[in-house]
Parts: sequence; C-alpha cells; structure tokens
Amino acid sequence: MDLKEWFANRQKRQEYAQVKQPLTTEEYCALWTQCFQCRELLYTRDLRVSLYVCPKCQYHFRIGAEERIEQLADPDTFVEIDANLISSDPLGFVDSEPYPVRQKEASKKSGLKEAIITGTMKINDLPVAIGFMDFGHFGGSMGSVVGEKVTRLIEHAQSKSLPVIIISSSGGARMQEGILSLMQLAKTSSALKSFHDAGLLYISILSEPTFGGVTASFAMLGDIIIAEPGARVGFAGRRVIEQTIRQKLPADFQTAEYLLKHGQVDMVIERAKMRDILAKLIVFHGAHDKRENHSSIQHEKSKNKSESTLSSR
Amino acid sequence: MATQEKKSLPLEFEQPLVLLAQQIEALEKQLQETHNPELDEDLKRLHEQYGNLKRSLYSNLRPIDHLALARHPQRPYTRDYFERFDPNWLELHGDRKGADDPAMVCGLLNINGVKILAIGTQKGRSLRDKQHCNFGMPQPEGYRKALRFFQHAEKFALPVVTLIDTPGAYPGMAAEEHNQAEAIAVNLRELSGLTVPVIAIVTGEGGSGGALGIGVANRILMLEHSVYSVISPEGCASILWRSADKVAEACNAMKMTAKEIQALGIVDEVVEEPLGGAHHDYDLVAKNLGKALVKHIKELSKLSRADLRKDRQNKFRKIGAFVEAK
Ligand SMILES: [Zn+2]
Repeated sequence: MDLKEWFANRQKRQEYAQVKQPLTTEEYCALWTQCFQCRELLYTRDLRVSLYVCPKCQYHFRIGAEERIEQLADPDTFVEIDANLISSDPLGFVDSEPYPVRQKEASKKSGLKEAIITGTMKINDLPVAIGFMDFGHFGGSMGSVVGEKVTRLIEHAQSKSLPVIIISSSGGARMQEGILSLMQLAKTSSALKSFHDAGLLYISILSEPTFGGVTASFAMLGDIIIAEPGARVGFAGRRVIEQTIRQKLPADFQTAEYLLKHGQVDMVIERAKMRDILAKLIVFHGAHDKRENHSSIQHEKSKNKSESTLSSR
Repeated sequence: MATQEKKSLPLEFEQPLVLLAQQIEALEKQLQETHNPELDEDLKRLHEQYGNLKRSLYSNLRPIDHLALARHPQRPYTRDYFERFDPNWLELHGDRKGADDPAMVCGLLNINGVKILAIGTQKGRSLRDKQHCNFGMPQPEGYRKALRFFQHAEKFALPVVTLIDTPGAYPGMAAEEHNQAEAIAVNLRELSGLTVPVIAIVTGEGGSGGALGIGVANRILMLEHSVYSVISPEGCASILWRSADKVAEACNAMKMTAKEIQALGIVDEVVEEPLGGAHHDYDLVAKNLGKALVKHIKELSKLSRADLRKDRQNKFRKIGAFVEAK
C-alpha cells in the first residue's frame, strides 16, 4: 500500500467512524453465525481465525475458494492461472431461465467466474499446482470450463514436475452443458493418466459436499485421498439412493468417517492440520524436488540393469 | 406391414399408426368375406397411407420419442448383438475379486475374421431376467470386471468394443460402500491409456457416468434412436424444472439424441436403424453395426499402439465449449 492509498483509506475510515447508528437486524445477524451442528452462536470474526471450524463441536463449515487459499497458501504465493476461461452456452439451454442468465446470477452470488480457481503456490515453502473448487458458484458443478481448468492444471503441473492438489466440492456435472459436461469426466481422468504415468504426486481433498461426476473422475483418482471431517462424499445422492432401495440410510452414510471405514479415503484430516499433513506428504514422496528425484531413480535403474546383465553372463 | 406392427408393442407416438393398422385389418377381414373389388382399391390406398404416415412419423421424431425407442422393451440388448456378431462367441466371467456382475457382459468374439474383446451392459428381457441384470445398472463390481478385460485386451493386443445400454450406474447402498465413483473413475483413466483400438457404441440408453465408464473410446458410435445424456431426463426435469412432468422439456434441452450429439462433435458415426426402430429387425441392425465397427477397427489398426492412445486422449482433450477472454 502506498502513501496515497493509505491517506485515501484513512479518509474512508474516518467517515466510517463518524457513523454510529445502531446496527440493523441484518448487520447484527451478520456478526453472528450459528453452528449447524451444535447450534452454538459463534462470533463470525472469530470463525475466520478458527478456520471456519466450530470451536465447540469441531463442525467444519462449508467454505469457498478464497478462504481455502488463505488457509493453505504461504502468504502472497498464490498465482492464479487460466482465470480468463468463461463458460459459453453451447446447447442454448433454457429451463426456467436461460443458462447465460443463470451464469450471471451465479457469478453475482459467488463473486467468481467459475466453480474452480486454479494456480500455483507454496505450502510451507513447497511449490504445488492446486485447484480450489467452490460450491458457492453454481453448486460447484463441472462444465466445460471446470473440466478445462482442471486438465490444464494437471498438464501445467506435469510440465513443471509439480505435485497436484485439488480440493473438491461439487454437486456433479453441470446439466446445462449436457453431454459436454459428462465428457469432462473423461478429459480430466485422461490427463491424470499421463500425470500418473509420469510418476508425479496427486493429492485429492474431498470437502463438503462432493458428488456425481466430480467424484466419478478426478476426485477419486488421488494417489492420496484426504477427506475433511463430516464431509459428505458419494456417487449418487442420498435421496436418489433412498428412493431406489426404498429404505432409510444410516445417518452417517457417505460421511468422511463412513468413507474411511469403507476403505475409500486414506485419512480424515481436520482443517487446522491440513497444511502440515500436505507438506509432509509432499516431502515424503519427494514430490517437492521431483526432477532430482527422477534422475536418481533412473540412476538406480541403470545400475540395476548393468548388474543384471552382468549376472546373466 | 400391419402384421409386424401387431408383434411389436406400439409407443405412444405410434398411436395413429395403430389406428390405421386396425382399419386395414378390419377391411381385410371384410374383403375376405365379401370379395368386393372396390374394397381392394381402398385397401391399397390405406396401405399406401400407412407407409407414408410411418415415414413421416419417423422423420419427425421428437427427442422424447427417441428416448421411448431407446428404452423400448423389445429393443435388442447386448447379448442379442453378441450372438449375431458371432454365434460362437465365448463369454468370460468375473472381476476376480469376489463378484460377477450380470449387468456387465464380457466375451471373446470373432466378427468375420476380426477378433475383438467385447464388453457391454445388459438389460434383462423377462422380469426375472431384468432383476438378475439389475435393469442394466452395473454395480462397482461390473466396472471392475470390465477393467479386468480392458487389461486383458491390452495384454493380448485385442481391439475393445463396448456396447452401452444402461440407465446408469446403480445408485444403491452397497454400490456406494464399494465405491461406485472410484470404479468408474479408474475405468475412465485406464481406458484413456490403452494402446489398442477402442470402439464404444451406444445401442440404447447412454446413462451418464455409468455409460461413460465403458465409453472412453477412439470412436464413438450411436444407433439412430439411441440417446446419451449427462443425467436421466427424469432426473434433469425434477432438479431443474422441479416437476416430473417436464421430461419432454428436459429431453429437448439436453440435446441427447444421436444426431444432436454428432453435431456437437462427440459421436463419429450414427448407424441407421430399420424404419420403426431396431426392434423391428434384430438381424439387420446387428449386421449394420457389425459392418460399422469392423470398418472403424480396420481404420484404427493402421495406427501404432502409441498413436492409438494419443488419438483417444486427443479426442477427449478437445471436448468442451468455452470462451478464452484476452
Ligand atoms: Zn458446533
């Protein structure tokens, strides 16, 4: 912030300070957030400090891409890529409203252009390529842009030998782009095939909620899969399953803890520990220094090869 | 003509045809009794009308009519095709992990000298059969069974042909516990990496991720009246229109017919069906389909194994519609 800006801000601050009227009901409500789980009233400003986790019952509030970046990135290291990709309306899709109108509404509500933000950053000084899905934008649904941004993120990471981290939160494929959305499942999974073959590390983080096409593609393809406590994750939605099998599902069905019990995720990690766990995983797999690591493996291999040819003689 | 109509179960949009067929039948009966030469003329005219009506009905099908044909209870299913492609085909079973999903059928086929590994979703015909096949909705075990055969094909350099006719992957409790999403995701990833030709044919319903789970192919074919969509039209209607009655609107909006999907650049060939739909002539549809897939396999076989993988990955890499602002 330069001096001019600071003075301009001071002006504003003073103006603000002069207005001392009682808070409106809306303003008052915004100060407080009720925990969905234990019903405790929490001071909203404190929630940010506690990473949007209820200090009383550890309920993890649903958060957006911006909050995730703030929580995980080393300060000022996040650099967004492919911010300029915007959805079009390939099918001319209209339900109660045309798709372009719905897109505008979604952007107005979320402040985002699309349901994922991708880029590079550092976690505890370790460089990563990372994608943050945001359920607040169009239910985190995957259309062409989300598919393309995920694919480009993976390709970018592969070209730079970086580990990939994707934090998923999505209702599934975006219906308004029809079959094109469905094909994004194949596109992203195909990119992960090449990434996988290159021996690079992909960590998938499942957050509340992750369903449908996103689960049935990149979210379930992590070398390591981490879920946030309480996050609901699945292929089909609870209601669809209950209608199909005509019985009630257990209360904890499709929760992170249920997934852990059924062998679907490697671990359930609370928000406060996420950074350190990610850093540990990256270092353990040598993913922070992949180039050097690669050459040492190759060295190892060629050594073995010469040994085996020797012994066969 | 009319007699064939009686054998097949008419769909709602075919009602005018049914009425006309009834008239023809009545007239034929009358003719047998009276031998009136004037009736002969009438009958001829009615037959002509019938043919015209049928052609015009079928050249103006709405998306929801295609959906009805794709779901026709008499539509040929995967086993009907396999039997006609190769009467001596050899079925192989099991995911080797504890299950053999009857909704996913796999086997070794020889179509006129071309050896393929064929995999397809199977709906059942009789009620018992339907239940046995879970109405064509595979469990995760079905996708893992398919994966086993993708890998088998890769090892023995066999082209993979998949037939898709499923409402979707099964949304059940055990299916979730056994990780339906992962089973599909792994198939998408592994199919994309195969170095043998892969052809996917949507023969009936292409229901979402459950269809794509065996659909990542070098060439995607669709039968004329088959459909392929990101969600079932019923699901789409209930979510976006909040009404189960808006299925026709959902069908229109999603662009799910073979021709529409071809126009979007995803489908490589639409294979014609006999007038009235595939259920009118199983042999003919199987013959057309067999010819088409052999043609595509022969074309693809000119590519090196590495290029086959690249070709498939490029095909999907390009799919998507977006604007890249400056
Ligand atoms: Zn709480």
